[in-house]
Amino acid sequence: MILPKNSIANRRVTSRQPKFFVEGGHGGELPYNAPPLRDKKKRKLMNRYPLWKYLLILLVVIAGFIYALPNRYAPDPAIQLSGQSGSMVMDESLMQQATLALDEAGIAYFGELVNGKSVLIRLRDAEQQLAAKSVVQQALGLDYVVALNLASTTPEWLADLGGTPMKLGLDLSGGVHFLLQVDTASVITTHLDTRLSEAKAAMREARIRYKSASLEDQVLIFTFTKEEWQDQATSLIRKEFRDLLPTESRDGSLFVISATMSSTAVKEKEEYAVSQNITTLRKRVNELGVSEPIVQRQGRDRIIVELPGVQDTAEAKRIIGKTANLEFRLEAKPGQIAGREEFTFRSESERGRLAWLEKKIVISGDSVTNANAGYDENGRAQVDITLDAGGGRSMHYATRSNIKRGLGVLFIESKARLETQRNEAGEEVSVAVPYVEKTIISLATIQSALGVQFRITGLDSPAEASELALLLRAGALAAPMYFVEERTIGPSLGAENISIGVKSVQFGLAIVALFMLVYYRVFGVFANLALGLNLVLLIAAMSLLGATLTLPGIAGIVLTVGMAVDANVLIFSRIREELKNGETIQGAIHSGYDRAFVSIVDANVTTLIVAVILYAVGSGPVQGFAVTLSLGILTSMFTAIMGTRALANLVYGGRNVEKLWI
Amino acid sequence: MSEQVIYDFMGRRRLAAIASIVLLIVAIGSLATKGLVLGLDFTGGTQIEVGYQQAAELTEVRSALEQGGFKNPVVVHFGTESDVLIRLQGQPEAGLSDQVMTVLKVANPAVELRRIEFVGPQIGEELRDDGGLGMLAALAVVMLYVAIRFQYKFSIAAVCALVHDVIITLGFFSLFNVEFDLTVLAAVLAVIGYSLNDTIVVSDRIRENFRLLRVDEASEVINESLTQTLGRTIITSLTTLLVLLALFFIGGELIHNFSIALIVGVVVGTYSSIYVAANILLAMDISREDLMPTEKEGVEFDGLP
Repeated sequence: MILPKNSIANRRVTSRQPKFFVEGGHGGELPYNAPPLRDKKKRKLMNRYPLWKYLLILLVVIAGFIYALPNRYAPDPAIQLSGQSGSMVMDESLMQQATLALDEAGIAYFGELVNGKSVLIRLRDAEQQLAAKSVVQQALGLDYVVALNLASTTPEWLADLGGTPMKLGLDLSGGVHFLLQVDTASVITTHLDTRLSEAKAAMREARIRYKSASLEDQVLIFTFTKEEWQDQATSLIRKEFRDLLPTESRDGSLFVISATMSSTAVKEKEEYAVSQNITTLRKRVNELGVSEPIVQRQGRDRIIVELPGVQDTAEAKRIIGKTANLEFRLEAKPGQIAGREEFTFRSESERGRLAWLEKKIVISGDSVTNANAGYDENGRAQVDITLDAGGGRSMHYATRSNIKRGLGVLFIESKARLETQRNEAGEEVSVAVPYVEKTIISLATIQSALGVQFRITGLDSPAEASELALLLRAGALAAPMYFVEERTIGPSLGAENISIGVKSVQFGLAIVALFMLVYYRVFGVFANLALGLNLVLLIAAMSLLGATLTLPGIAGIVLTVGMAVDANVLIFSRIREELKNGETIQGAIHSGYDRAFVSIVDANVTTLIVAVILYAVGSGPVQGFAVTLSLGILTSMFTAIMGTRALANLVYGGRNVEKLWI
Repeated sequence: MSEQVIYDFMGRRRLAAIASIVLLIVAIGSLATKGLVLGLDFTGGTQIEVGYQQAAELTEVRSALEQGGFKNPVVVHFGTESDVLIRLQGQPEAGLSDQVMTVLKVANPAVELRRIEFVGPQIGEELRDDGGLGMLAALAVVMLYVAIRFQYKFSIAAVCALVHDVIITLGFFSLFNVEFDLTVLAAVLAVIGYSLNDTIVVSDRIRENFRLLRVDEASEVINESLTQTLGRTIITSLTTLLVLLALFFIGGELIHNFSIALIVGVVVGTYSSIYVAANILLAMDISREDLMPTEKEGVEFDGLP
């Protein structure tokens, strides 16, 4: 359905007509239509940028190219050697040992580098990286960590300027992503359990007679038969157990104190547990020999572990996933009834055997400073353990008066099992229920008072010994953890994703560029130059900000390419329109840019808002998408508005133009 | 060349409204009865993608897994014949995927691990909540921004257009059983951004023309504005669709559904900026007076030294 032909120009308010509702209109101070004659001279000067604007654009372009440049240099595959402990010195002789092994295996290498703490050897062929790692590991032994690495090939002058390539997300580099949930509730329960026995001891000492004392659902409950004892107990708790908050009440004839942990104490405990676990995970990750691992807290009680480039994911999971801790406890005395617990044995050969251990913990895995696997006199696997000073003292006190009694080592592992439950809506849902498994790994007789150094014997196999040693060495966990998310991308899929991504960007760019060229001719060239520059600036910005490129991030770049031309389309359509309305060429260019500006800003700001929200709710790859999208919006506004304007001004500005190729 | 045809977009507003309502009913109906096929990100579970040298026989893979002690594994081709995607009713254990690989290696040593995803049930639930919350937040903030920059009638129109686009895009996913995962959610949010972009450009022109044209008939002003922006709307949608088609065809299996969501969203978004947003503006009796207060502010601003 088409209306009678109407000229838009005829119905416009021109500057000669009353202007009361044009005035102060957004955007420009110039009226839309041909200006009065006296303005002609001013017109001639139009569409020229002051020199500083050109210089600014030039500066941004140069900076963009410089900081995008590092991405052109593909890193070399490499292996990195470092010591099991920080005090080991890496020197030339060590490097020669390693290169000799590589020579023998026929693996080509170059550019070896020693820097005291580590040795870096670049390899010619990425395929041989894994082989090189195992060859060198065999040659040097287990005292050294051999890690796969990617050595930067960015020229020194670029690196000095702060130029680094973009980080690749796991979906592009391949690797493992874990999300671990710290079971902070169990830390609180364990702590309250300890407080309970301490409180009972303190009350006995102060001759306060309690009828019962128990821990129920993170609340300590004491009952008394006399009000006097209740009052005394309350003041005792207030004085000596500052982390507990006691409240008094009555239950029939009984006087009750229920004590909960204060919220600051709970928070402190949780904070400690999570940060201690992060430290432990970092140590374990380092033992794995991964370059550029990420161990990071997420939210209140979760930890992200990302291991780029890890190929043997099973090994990584075994070490990271070991949510184990150790406790050393004395065996319960024969006839002892209170304060004991029964455990099963862990090893296959002794499965089903049970033993009673005391509830009191002598030391836990936190106190272990070093542990090494070895063999005892009879050739059986053992682990030599070194404790810190505090742990050594506790061990000494506990053992010197208990010679000939048994000392048990408890292995504590937290796991989760799926249980089907009904939620409020009555639907069946799977819920991961964490649980803790405590098993005895060894129960040996104390031969003499133990100190800072001692050993655990009677292990099943050398493999078990070395794994136990590794876990002890890598530190213990302050709280149990379990996996809530895992994403592994194989190396071949990562490489494939990169090539797919690059191809889509190239193809998208080419098709849009062709279209713009055909449709807008000379101005199409401007837009395409701006589009290319936009891509360069986007890459430069991402490299500079250390943003991570992911596959959805690449999709974001492609989308940005498609949408970035929108600003130019808006401007160019406006210029065409103004020309149709009989505007002079210079005037059309000027008001085209001017009028479209507000629309462009409004449209982009709203998209930016959405991108920011996307970043806030998204995780990992989706955040990558949000980052490229929002950076792309910002860079495209610069290139599409200022960039093309500068080009248009350079080509057409300040002179008589007969015809505009638009 | 100064003569220009003005298309009578608003003459067909009733037809367009009926079309939109029908589409919305179909979309909401499908969402309510069938729901969305939620991906692993939202449901939790374990999935493993493996690659073979040659085309893989699904039955062989399945029987190998069942013999290995995995109950009811879902085994499908993924992208190509030689790629296989395995979904497990899983125990949330880290070692599970390794057991799968061991079992598959026994059956065929040439198998290669491409991808493992394990998402715990509580994570899936959180992502679901966060995703919904994000979408609502995006709509609310956008509504506020448009209300400040334009006027409340525009912001209602814009948000209606966005809700229209989001529901139809989701409806598409529900109706055609396309899996809805985290990247698709990202795409839907990007659709909100894109559609809004379109709607704002149109609204901007409508506002401008209300102040500029000496016509009081709102439908005429809107027709003229839509005509003026039509070229731009079509070209931008075209370039965006072109790159999205590039993503769809060569972007690989992992962002396949992402590009579908955007393609549907861009098409619907382009339509909605013409017919939904403008239609609602007309229905709310938008007039020149509505746009005066914002202008006054502008004048005050200009008057500052």
